[in-house]
Amino acid sequence: MASLNDYLLVSGLLFAIGLAGVVLRRNIIVVFMCLELMLSAANLSLVAFSRFNTVNGLPDYNGQMLVFFVITVAAAEVAVGLAIIVALYRARQTIHTDELTSLKG
Amino acid sequence: MPSYLFWLFSTIMLIGGTAVIAFRNPVSSALSVVTCFVGLSGLFIGLSAFFVGVIQILVYTGAVMVLFLFIIMLLDLKDEQKRAKGLAPALAGFTLFIAFMVQLIGVLSRTPDKTAPPLDAATLTAAATAFPSGGKIAANLAEGRLPDVHLIGHTLFTQYNLPFQILGVLLLVATIGVVALSKRHAE
Repeated sequence: MASLNDYLLVSGLLFAIGLAGVVLRRNIIVVFMCLELMLSAANLSLVAFSRFNTVNGLPDYNGQMLVFFVITVAAAEVAVGLAIIVALYRARQTIHTDELTSLKG
Repeated sequence: MPSYLFWLFSTIMLIGGTAVIAFRNPVSSALSVVTCFVGLSGLFIGLSAFFVGVIQILVYTGAVMVLFLFIIMLLDLKDEQKRAKGLAPALAGFTLFIAFMVQLIGVLSRTPDKTAPPLDAATLTAAATAFPSGGKIAANLAEGRLPDVHLIGHTLFTQYNLPFQILGVLLLVATIGVVALSKRHAE
């Protein structure tokens, strides 16, 4: 049986991979995918906490409710974010973050 | 879940996650995210969160990643993969990764570990008394099964009814926002 710390370690590893991807990738779509990885890593630790903290002998379903809300909000976020990326590509013909420097001082 | 299955699904998930940032072609990255989420949903199901595991597959790999693939193909990003990657961002990403892992291992080595409480027939039967008798949840629990979807529905429509309805409004706003954003403005 895997213990709680194993799940938290794996979840932290996935979060760190997503964080590194956000920093080192330059394609804005891949950056967006790495954000999804980070959200999913948080979901994994929420579900692990829900399973390892039983209430009356059942898993704590409050944690899984939070996961449900996170997944739904993330789906809405992806839809809006991809629409913004398409609008950005129409305006600038690029989605390479190095070339989007109009906010640079 | 047996230990070897946990490590198998974790390895699938972590290899998928690493492949997302290692591949240069965005389509390969998107398919690696799918691999990562399949491993993740295996872990969810191993944690007895069957509903969350299934919607992870349906919503993320079924809807969200297909949307990503559509956008990648719509934008036709073939020349993006020819660019040379700078050394500075790679170094920054690697340093962040190492710093995060050092902190994580430091915290985890000092927190008390916990093994999963049993979820066998005896505890499930004992939990059945908390639910109205004659209902589906109590009947399933009394037989020693975990009615995961029923329990989630029960929690969602009793304790979390208002947030659930606000979520519906949020999805409506997101839909309208996407239509407004992607409409071509007449110059």
